[in-house]
Amino acid sequence: MTIASERIAVPAAERRFSPDWLGQVFSKGLLHVVVIGITLMWIVPTLGLLVSSFRSPSDIASSGWWTALSPPFKFTLDNYTGVLNTSNLGTSFFNSFMITIPATVIPVSIAAFAAYAFSWMKFWGRDFFFLALVGLLAVPLQATFIPILSLFVKFGLTPENVGFLGLWLAHTGYGLPFAIYLLANFFRSLPTDLFESAEIDGAGTLTVFFRIVLPLSVPAIASLVIFQFLWIWNDYLVALIYVGGTADFAPLTVTIANLVNSNGQGWELLTAAAFFSMIVPLIVFFSLQRFFVRGILAGSVKG
Amino acid sequence: MDFSVLLSDVPTLLIVIVGVPAVLGAYIVGGEYLVRLLPDKSRPAVRPWIWVGPALVIVGVFLVYPVVGTAWRSLFDTSGDNFVGLSNYANQLAGFPNGNAWIALRNNIYWLVLFTLVVLFFGLLFAVLTDRVPYESPVKSLIFMPMAISFVALSVIWLFMYSYQQPGDPQTGTMNAILQVFHHDPVTWVEDANIATLALIAAGIWGFVGFAMVILSAALKGIPGDLLEAARVDGAGEMTIFRRVIFPLMMPTIVVVGTTLVIFALKAFDIVYVMTGGNFDSDVLANRMYKLAFVAFEPGLSSAVAIILVAAVVPVLIFNLRQFRAVEARR
Repeated sequence: MTIASERIAVPAAERRFSPDWLGQVFSKGLLHVVVIGITLMWIVPTLGLLVSSFRSPSDIASSGWWTALSPPFKFTLDNYTGVLNTSNLGTSFFNSFMITIPATVIPVSIAAFAAYAFSWMKFWGRDFFFLALVGLLAVPLQATFIPILSLFVKFGLTPENVGFLGLWLAHTGYGLPFAIYLLANFFRSLPTDLFESAEIDGAGTLTVFFRIVLPLSVPAIASLVIFQFLWIWNDYLVALIYVGGTADFAPLTVTIANLVNSNGQGWELLTAAAFFSMIVPLIVFFSLQRFFVRGILAGSVKG
Repeated sequence: MDFSVLLSDVPTLLIVIVGVPAVLGAYIVGGEYLVRLLPDKSRPAVRPWIWVGPALVIVGVFLVYPVVGTAWRSLFDTSGDNFVGLSNYANQLAGFPNGNAWIALRNNIYWLVLFTLVVLFFGLLFAVLTDRVPYESPVKSLIFMPMAISFVALSVIWLFMYSYQQPGDPQTGTMNAILQVFHHDPVTWVEDANIATLALIAAGIWGFVGFAMVILSAALKGIPGDLLEAARVDGAGEMTIFRRVIFPLMMPTIVVVGTTLVIFALKAFDIVYVMTGGNFDSDVLANRMYKLAFVAFEPGLSSAVAIILVAAVVPVLIFNLRQFRAVEARR
């Protein structure tokens, strides 16, 4: 098996770790062995799930997934058809978009505003507020559900009245500390000269923000969008608490979790469902990956 | 699958896609317009609040308000009627070092150290190594893939990986199958109090390296290429360039990723909840809090655990304040 042989190559390579040696190795192509080796190791669990998703429940329980890779082949699409035939799958797929897109756009935008102020404006209590935000990252969400839910009921922010608005706001609140933390650190690292020369040119706050800060922060914003998007896309608990009660509002994760009944029957569908619900986050990742390019900052200060 | 709903509801989705950013843009442009109506002197005092205002209000409602409520609740007994002072904390922190809360705290420390360091190490390694190969994009996508999987699916994957059959029987779990190749007896990975926590941490590491890699890689791309070129022209080796140029320039981002990972380690919940439910000495504070609140119905005790968890982040904050001040002083 190629995987096994690559795996042995990795520690052997690390044993001779030294600066000179590294220099030679990079030119000799052992770098490729390390990169490909670790990558192959990394995908084994996913590969196992992928293969299992094409096997019957009894096969999964009785033999390892790798045995399916040799004859006799007994692959089946039953798990996928089982998932695709779930009632409400289309609705919940749509709901996932309705939840995820605003719940990504709102916190990322509000965080960008706040991060700009935290990194380039002076105001009373700035450091205190910033640290409090980082500290709030540690709040276990489970502790917020009951107080927030009763607040929603009190002010009529229930799905029947306002649709997904309550859930969007909740995701925004939960996502903001990380978003502000990440963006403020990135904005802060932009060269001071940029802001000085913009000021000399008479650029206003909005111009600096939209024309300088945002375009230069594209890699940081792209990575933030990726994570916020996929955390919300994959969120089960928050959606279940705030809108999950009604099928009309349930996102994909809630509908998929309902595939498994209380006796644990139907768990094999989770293998196929995992890949089905992975498609969208992966598309988002692929389409935003092109923003991770070198040289966005190059030449920004000169001229 | 009833895809028809996608067609009929697409207009709603489009309204949301266009409307939400429009509202946000209108807010900031309108706010800035109002600031400009003010006299020159008062603008710098008002402007920051326009920019941080929405964030502070939303965070205040969704995080500060519940935390204050939780802190208050932790001072009352189960019924919520009688003030009991700090006795919920005393109850949870009793029996050092073998009390259940202490075991959860100990496991959180394992998570904090192992999870954070290993994820950072691999994240940095992948970010730096993939930067040097022409097939960077596919490799990064494959490493990133576990991030795109939900925690529940991730736990299902690792329960498969760790699955155990009697010695001598064919093993269905990948890990035990590997042990079998080396003629080692199969191990009950997630049902052995000695290694269950380590097994869970390994699953968490696998799931999170993509996170560290993507952010560190974004920071790496921010290092100007001519800087590296200049170092190479001066005859610096690749290791020297990494130690003296890349690493220091990436330090602020490493602190950000490290802090986030530490906090995720403190909050570790889903993997533990799905894979062991906190049994076999693998409990963590967030899972303990959940069990006390929603299984044992002890809101007072559960609130105390939640506050202990939030308090544990204070040293991380002090470290961040220092970092924050250092960056400030440098410019």
